[in-house]
Amino acid sequence: MFEILERQDMADGTVVLNEISAPLIAEKAEPGQFVILKANETGERIPLTMADTDPNKGTITIIYQIVGKSTALFKSLQVGERFQDVIGPLGEPTHIEKLGTVVCVGGGTGVAVLHPITRGMKEIGNHVIAIIGARNKDLLILEDKMKAASNELHVCTDDGSYGHHGFVTDVLKDVLEEEDVKLVVAIGPVPMMKFVCSVTEKYKVKTFVSLNPIMVDGTGMCGCCRVSVGGKTRFACIDGPEFDGHEVDFDELMQRLQAYKEQESVAYEKFLHE
Amino acid sequence: MTEKPPKKEKIPRQPMPEQDSQIRKRNFEEVPLGYTKELAVKEAERCLQCKKPSCMEGCPVSIDIPGFIKSIKKGDFAKAVRKIWERNALPAVCGRVCPQEIQCEGKCILGKKGDPVAIGNLEKFVADMEREHGNGELPPKSDPTGKRVAVVGSGPSGLTVAGDLILKGHEVTIFEAFHKPGGVLVYGIPEFRLPKEIVYSEVNTLEKLGVKVECNTVVGKTVSLDELFEQGYDAIYVGVGAGLPRFLDIPGENLIGIYSANEYLTRANLMKAYLFPEYDTPLARGKDVVVFGAGNVAMDSARTAMRLGADRVRIVYRRSRDEMPARSAEIHHAEEEGIEFFLLTAPTRFLGDKNARLTDVECLRMKLGEPDESGRRRPIPIEGSEFKLECDLAVIAVGAGANPLLTKSTEDLKINKWGYIVADPETGKTIKKGVWAGGDIVTGQATVILAMGAGRKASDSIHQYLAWGW
Ligand SMILES: Cc1cc2nc3c(=O)[nH]c(=O)nc-3n(C[C@H](O)[C@H](O)[C@H](O)COP(=O)(O)OP(=O)(O)OC[C@H]3O[C@@H](n4cnc5c(N)ncnc54)[C@H](O)[C@@H]3O)c2cc1C
Ligand code: SF4
Ligand code: FES
Repeated sequence: MFEILERQDMADGTVVLNEISAPLIAEKAEPGQFVILKANETGERIPLTMADTDPNKGTITIIYQIVGKSTALFKSLQVGERFQDVIGPLGEPTHIEKLGTVVCVGGGTGVAVLHPITRGMKEIGNHVIAIIGARNKDLLILEDKMKAASNELHVCTDDGSYGHHGFVTDVLKDVLEEEDVKLVVAIGPVPMMKFVCSVTEKYKVKTFVSLNPIMVDGTGMCGCCRVSVGGKTRFACIDGPEFDGHEVDFDELMQRLQAYKEQESVAYEKFLHE
Repeated sequence: MTEKPPKKEKIPRQPMPEQDSQIRKRNFEEVPLGYTKELAVKEAERCLQCKKPSCMEGCPVSIDIPGFIKSIKKGDFAKAVRKIWERNALPAVCGRVCPQEIQCEGKCILGKKGDPVAIGNLEKFVADMEREHGNGELPPKSDPTGKRVAVVGSGPSGLTVAGDLILKGHEVTIFEAFHKPGGVLVYGIPEFRLPKEIVYSEVNTLEKLGVKVECNTVVGKTVSLDELFEQGYDAIYVGVGAGLPRFLDIPGENLIGIYSANEYLTRANLMKAYLFPEYDTPLARGKDVVVFGAGNVAMDSARTAMRLGADRVRIVYRRSRDEMPARSAEIHHAEEEGIEFFLLTAPTRFLGDKNARLTDVECLRMKLGEPDESGRRRPIPIEGSEFKLECDLAVIAVGAGANPLLTKSTEDLKINKWGYIVADPETGKTIKKGVWAGGDIVTGQATVILAMGAGRKASDSIHQYLAWGW
């Protein structure tokens, strides 16, 4: 189990795709749910939201950015090698329903997680406008797939090397001005989600975000993943990972994500050195 | 002149050799070093072999205590451990973690005037002898019945059910959410109190007997109880423990450096964060540590923090020393290792710096009032007694609740108002046909031996059901 069947470098090698054999999870998983992976005996438990599943083949797909030791270790695994442990599907699935016009906003590797949600939103009969962004053209992922999954796709790059020159929020504002948008789904780096929510709040459009706090078990037994939503403490692994973005305390989330910054860089440097 | 025969000298309770407190407080090796054969025999000789042994009344699973001690006295350690096995499959664990002072040893007749027989130490001794020097002979198994049983959760109650039912000829599969089996025995209780080797060796024995262990399976997510029935299981035992951390619900609780005991201990034990960076999971190494609560979980957290290099570790507890629920040996060990106790003290809020890192906790002094429902005197805050404790790490060990993950996905399982599964205390039967439950998910966080006792009752009932029906 958990053999890597396909592996692909993306975004200039800063992002990797793995298709992993995990039949039990593939059968059960729905868009928006995540898995926890552990590469080997000494490895850490890392949560990643699934980018795709294929129940017929019995596989799940994850797409991750290399940000530290654990993801670098994942990247080093080749086709035919295995993850020691994969646990899931965890968390609540995205609530996919027919609403009218839905905007899906993705940044960085968040686009990978957004893709199955976008597809689901369109399949159920929504008019789906997708907006995806990256720092530059080389870092952009899944453009073709997002095009196929949506009715309308807008691409932005921070440096203007491709598509619209600017942030996803610029395009989002235009869309909100022109269309009767029922729901926005935003997935990406925390500052991006925070930004999107401050825009949609002005237009009073309901906005879902998918949170990625640090986790251990992913089953609600440790409280490591706690986030403040509407002034209450919630566990992202069982109550989320999706929450109403207008209620989320993004600043607290950003701070908590920094909890192990020092240790993380010690581990990463040691790994690169070896 | 005839010489009087010398009066038989009373043998004192043989102390357990231990690692020196100043050395052990910085390492993760086991604290007690174990009895030698000589010490064990000498301690066994103290037992009066009572006709009506009161110690047995104190043991929740009624081990034949004088019986096994008699074999130790004769030097037949293999026979001694087999005597215990008749009632308890995990003596190496129980000898280390049972609260003997309120169970067997608390009832021992010798305790009336002096020190009781060291039953726990003897239990540990024979179990360790068997594991290290025994012939590894497996107990006999009945003929296959063709019935299949699923055990959900691999803590002490699940392991007990699996062990009992495999011997009765049923096929048994354990499903465990974590990547390693053992429940609290591996993720909660630290290495220095219960070496993980011991737990794995017990699980290994079950596997040799034919029990299948499926880790990474979150029942309720990866597979549901009804799907397990569809897959052909005839009966299911639910022993998922009390896996929901309780927080204090005071301001500042989400600051960096504040952990639930579950998280702190899981990182340290299961993920081996004390070996970082050799192991990848990080854990804050506090210099000034405060732990809230005074049960075994609090002692384990405090002593772990000390071993991870803290300068000061303080236990903050609302009530007084008499109410501390931890095993007396753990409190004693914690004190020897330099853990300080702030009794009759309750936290009111956490304070942090601009990066949201914990810097202080504000506390209130308490005094004891009238007894509450639990019979313990209720702590009442003393107004205006606020003071601050500087700290860079805080661990909250004030109890656990029922994790709703499995029960939420199983609508026809009855739960009580706290979320625990309702099960018959004599049989472990739930209201859902073919499903039993026991251990912490029924009683709330209790003890290893009670979880095992519940497992034993349920396995008897499951066996009957598989033969005769619901
Ligand atoms: C730190 C600590 C120290 C303790 N010290 C002592 C002590 O000294 N003496 C003592 O007697 N008791 C002690 N206890 C209490 C004792 O450990 C528990 O009462 C006992 O372990 C309960 O056993 P259990 O089998 O009911 O559950 P657990 O040991 O909690 O095991 C439950 C297992 O089920 C798994 N699980 C949960 N949900 C699912 C799911 N949905 N699907 C699959 N698997 C699932 C969990 O991962 C876990 O492995 C301590 C507890 C802690 C936390
Ligand atoms: S199992 Fe626990 S209570 Fe029973 S004899 Fe052993 S130590 Fe005592
Ligand atoms: S990751 Fe442990 S409770 Fe969510």
